[in-house]
This record gives sequence, C-alpha cells and structure tokens, in this order.
Amino acid sequence: MLIQFIVFYVFAAVVVGSAFMVIAARNPVHSVLFLILSFFNAAGLFVLAGAEFLAMTLVIVYVGAVAVLFLFVVMMLDINFVRLRQGFMQYLPLGAMLGAILLVELLLVVGAFVVSPEVDTLAAPMPPVEQQSNTHALGQLLYTRYMYLFQASGMILLVAMIGAIVLTFRVRTGVRRQSIRAQVARTRADAVELKKVVSGAGISGSL
Amino acid sequence: MSALVNVVRSMFLTELLSGMALTFRYMFRERKTLNYPHEKGSLSPRFRGEHALRRYPNGEERCIACKLCEAVCPALAITIESEPRDDGSRRTTRYDIDMTKCIYCGLCQEACPVDAIVEGPNFEFATETREELYYDKNKLLANGDRWEAEIAANLAADAKYR
Amino acid sequence: MAEFWDGYALPGLWIAAKIGALLIPLLLSVAYLTWFERKVMAAMQLRMGPNVVGPWGLWQPFADALKMVVKETIIPTKANPGLFLLAPMLTFMLALIAWAVMPVGDGLVISNVNVGVLYLFAISSLGVYGIVIAGWASNSRYAFLGALRSAAQMVSYEVSMGFVIICVLLCVGSLNLSDIVRAQETVWFVFPLLPMAVVFFISTLAETNRHPFDLPEAESELVAGHLVEYSAMTFGLFFLGEYANMILMSGMTTILFLGGWLPPIDIAPLNWIPGPIWFVLKISALLFVFVWVRATFPRYRYDQLMRLGWKVFLPLSLFWVVLTAGVLVAFGWAPGAEG
Repeated sequence: MLIQFIVFYVFAAVVVGSAFMVIAARNPVHSVLFLILSFFNAAGLFVLAGAEFLAMTLVIVYVGAVAVLFLFVVMMLDINFVRLRQGFMQYLPLGAMLGAILLVELLLVVGAFVVSPEVDTLAAPMPPVEQQSNTHALGQLLYTRYMYLFQASGMILLVAMIGAIVLTFRVRTGVRRQSIRAQVARTRADAVELKKVVSGAGISGSL
Repeated sequence: MSALVNVVRSMFLTELLSGMALTFRYMFRERKTLNYPHEKGSLSPRFRGEHALRRYPNGEERCIACKLCEAVCPALAITIESEPRDDGSRRTTRYDIDMTKCIYCGLCQEACPVDAIVEGPNFEFATETREELYYDKNKLLANGDRWEAEIAANLAADAKYR
Repeated sequence: MAEFWDGYALPGLWIAAKIGALLIPLLLSVAYLTWFERKVMAAMQLRMGPNVVGPWGLWQPFADALKMVVKETIIPTKANPGLFLLAPMLTFMLALIAWAVMPVGDGLVISNVNVGVLYLFAISSLGVYGIVIAGWASNSRYAFLGALRSAAQMVSYEVSMGFVIICVLLCVGSLNLSDIVRAQETVWFVFPLLPMAVVFFISTLAETNRHPFDLPEAESELVAGHLVEYSAMTFGLFFLGEYANMILMSGMTTILFLGGWLPPIDIAPLNWIPGPIWFVLKISALLFVFVWVRATFPRYRYDQLMRLGWKVFLPLSLFWVVLTAGVLVAFGWAPGAEG
C-alpha cells in the first residue's frame, strides 16, 4: 500500500504543480508543455484508480491529438508580452470580480454536494472487478443507460465539425487543380502517337 | 470497360506492386560496384594523374630547363629556376609544382620537348596537409623513379597516335 | 526486513530482469536494423553496402555508435537548451516504453494490461512530441517546418489507424494484445481484413516518418527537418528512436494482423518452433518491407500525403468499420454477443 500512496502523491503533486505552471510560465509553448505533463499525470492517477481505459483515452485524445494542435498553434504565434501587459491594470477589477464569482459558485456547489441516497439502486449492479474489465463496464453503461446522451454528444461534435468546415470552406474560382484520377487513367495510347513521316513532307501534311 | 479495369488496377495497387517487384528482382542482380581499394577500374594510357620528372636510362635527368611547361601552364602552378651546371649543361635548380593549383590539363607534358615532365597513372596521392602538395624537384624525380615502368609503357602505347 | 525483501525488492529485481531481457535484444536489433537497411538498399541499387568493418560489415553499427558517442554535442546559442535536449530523450524513451505491453510469446509479456492496444496507440501518438519539441527548440526554420509537417502528418494518419484498430477490436472483443493474438488461431486477420492491413501498414510508414512519407526530414527540401541542429548522441537518440519505432510498428502490425507468435498453420513441423521466434520472423519480414518500400518509391508531395490520409484512408477505414460491424452482427460472429 505504501508504494501506492507514494505514487499517488507524486502524480497528484505533479498534476497540481504543472497545472500551476501552465498559468505561471512566461513562454506560451512552455505552458502547453506543462499542460501536457499535467494531462499525463492525470492519466497516471486514472491508472492508479483502476480506470485504465479512461487513462489511455485521456492520453490518446488530449495528449496525442488536442494538445498537439494546441502546440501547433501556439508555436506559430508570435506573442508580444509587452503589448499583452498593457491594460492589465485596467481590466484587473473586472477580472478579479469574475474570478471571485466563480470561486463562490464553486464553493457553493462543493458545499451543497451530496451523494444521492438512492444511488445504489440507480446504478447497474457492478460485477466484481476480476470478472469484467472497465472497458466492458464503461461500454455497457454508455450504450444502454446513457445511449441518448452519448448520441447527443456525438451529434453536437458533428455539428461543430460541419460548422467549422462551412466557416472555413471557400470555393475559389480560377484555380487549376491536379486531377489525380485523370493522371492515373492516362495511358500510352492517349499520350503518344506513332507516325510514319515521309521525308520532306512534315507531319502536318499527313494530318 | 477500360475505365473499370483502371479502377480495379488502382484499387489493388498494381502499379505499386509492380514497382516493388522490380526492386525485388534487382536485389539478386550482380553488384555493379567496384570494391575500390581492393578492385580498381582500368585507366587509359592517356590518364593524367600525379606529375613525375623522368630520367634517361643512364640516370641523367631529362629536364633541360626550357621552361616551356612553366610558360604553358594555365594555372601558373609550375615554378622553374635554372643555372648552368658544372659540365656546362643547362639544368633546373628548382622545379616546383603546386599540386593544389594544378588542374591536370596535361599541357605541360604536351609542351615538353624531351618527355621530362609527365602526368603518370597515379591518382592516389592524397595528403593530410597542404604543404605536402607543394611538390619540389626531389619529390618529382622520386615520382619518376617510382613510376618509370608504368609511365614508359603508357607513353609507348600512346606514341602511335601522336 | 523479510517483508521488504519479498514484497518489494525481489519483484522489483524480477521486473528489472524482464525489462533487461527485452530491451537488450531490442537495442541490438535496432543497431542491426540500420545495417540490414543499408545492406538491402545497397543490394536493390546494385551496390555493396557496408562491408569494411568486420565480416560483411557486421561491426558497422558499433563503429557508428562509437562515432556518435565521441563526437561533440552542439547546442545552438539561440536554442532552448532544456527542451532541445529533452526532445531526443523523449523520442527514444517513448520508443522503448511501448514494449512493456508487447507479447513476444504466449504469456511472455512484461505487463499484460487489459488495454494494451490503447496503450500502444497512445504511446505511438506521443511520438510526435519529440519531433515538434525538437523543431521548436532548435530555433531554426528548417527544423520548425519539419516539425509542423510532422505534427500535421502524424495527427492525420492516427485517425485512420484508429479506425483500423477498431476493425480488429470488433473481431476480437478485447483490448488485450494477448487476446488479440489468440483470436487469430483459426485465421490471421490479414486475410479477412486485407485492405485494412494494407491501410494500417501504410499508415505506420507515415507514423514513423519513413519513406515515402519522410517529409518531416526530407533532405532535399528541408535539409534534415527537425534533425538539422542535432549532432552526436542527441542525433543518435533520434536515430535509434526512429528505428526502434519501426520495430515497434512492425510488432504492432504483427500482433494485429499477422497472428503474433502463432505459426502460420498449426501443424507438426511449424508448431515446434517456439512462439518468440515466429514473432521475430514476422517482424523481420515487415521490416524488410519497410526497407523495400524505401528503396522503391519516391517521396510523396505534401498535399498528396494529406489527400491520401484524409480523402482515401479515412473514408475507406470508416467504411470498413461499418462493414465489419455489419458482417459480424449479421452472421452472429461478434465476440461476446451471447454475453
């Protein structure tokens, strides 16, 4: 058990520390890298809790795809810190107020949170861990009880994707595009013609 | 119909496969590479390699310090100084070739009336310092002594075309 | 004390021994993969390949390694030194830790986790960080362009790789790599899922930045891409990581499609050969294909690469996921359908 405790506290400390560094780091690329470290250690916490499927999904989706795109964008930005700092004092009261409201709301939610008394009856009977991997457990819950929510979230993502495509798609006229199909379908017969040319007559005469 | 054939072909990646089949066949072909330090390609008798100063069979050096090679050298690589020797014959006291300047055009050996300066068949004279490439008369004469057999054979083989 | 000895020290030593038993042959094969690649490429181009150091040039990898170790590590003045050094280590480490879940034979695996496929997929998707960090930290245009290309390329091909893996998982009903291999006892998945196997293999070429998809390090346009500022052992780690990744991807393809440690047919002379040898043989065959493809095809153009990933592989693999699921359900072959 001792090792589990040590590992847990190491992971947790790294998560909190790197999450702090995300907002504290001066270089935005360093921020993103700290964010990735944070994700990674959160995945470690999931593994420690026995939720290996969630851990791997976290790594694949957030670290492997989302954070890459973050990094991609942040690396290309040329952020001028002097200009960012301008007007910092001006916006400080508003920002502080928003932060305070959020903090109070969070405290209220946490303070009022109780586990529903009938949770045992609502939840599907859990088979012992040895018999069922948490992939199966998740799948069974996701595709039965939360089917509609699952589909709805899929639809939301689809709409977002189509929206993004529609917003950025523009038809440009006058652009010559490569038609790979036409190129591949081109054969020797289309491209080359052999002619017997009479000396001195030229090809135009025989055409 | 031919369009359908094309679709099927591109579906089954036939072009990629035929390309890969070609490289696979080549893998078993005979190697074309010469295993250089152990095997060497043949050289023409006219090959223009490292310079050498030749001697007559009796040991007398051929060069008479006419300075035609110095005059013709387009890279100005050759430097010659001369004085009459004790027996009254005209000989070089200094015959230097800066091999870092030489362009191996072969004009020096064309100009030489006595076949003294020649470009031999040796092309493996790389050195570790530049200084070693500033050849002096001793070095050139030593080259001539070392490569005399090959140089004489090459000159004899090429003589009928001159 | 006895509790400490039995509870922690002995299992720890045992795990370390297992890791050593896997990693030492792995690193040796990485070294010899470079030799193998040079020899095979040379043969296909009618050349000799390395033949001076040792018999048939067999000591060449060690000569190269020695050279890399003794050379000077140069860190450019304008580079970000921490990240600049982190990138090669990350690449190399990721290529090695993925082997923790790779079943080399029946039961021969360091950690038999339930989500082995996802673990492999996650680790391989992290490989892009080594390149991106290297490109950014070098503070060089070529390196940065290489990093951008690699980021876009790896993210694109991961999508279709994911769908191909889903196809296999549908047929197996488990995310455990050993279970995936056992499910192929009757027939290797390469036969029913041949198009997916081809898509997967081509995607692994893109994922490992190998020819013909080596755009991040295209030497004729980006000099060497993300590697341009690296020298000595920092370069060596990238190099080893790339080759270890090739072996890893071949192993992954072997497990998903070529039946892992299983012999081709379960008959007498073939099943006498132990599983790990079959596994190594299959990986070697795939590595040969890696080299073979490199010797055959020219580099893809970047827009063609993206087109292939998004407009060909993605729809194709998506279609096959639906088709596989449909066939499995229609014929009642889906694993765990009764449960």
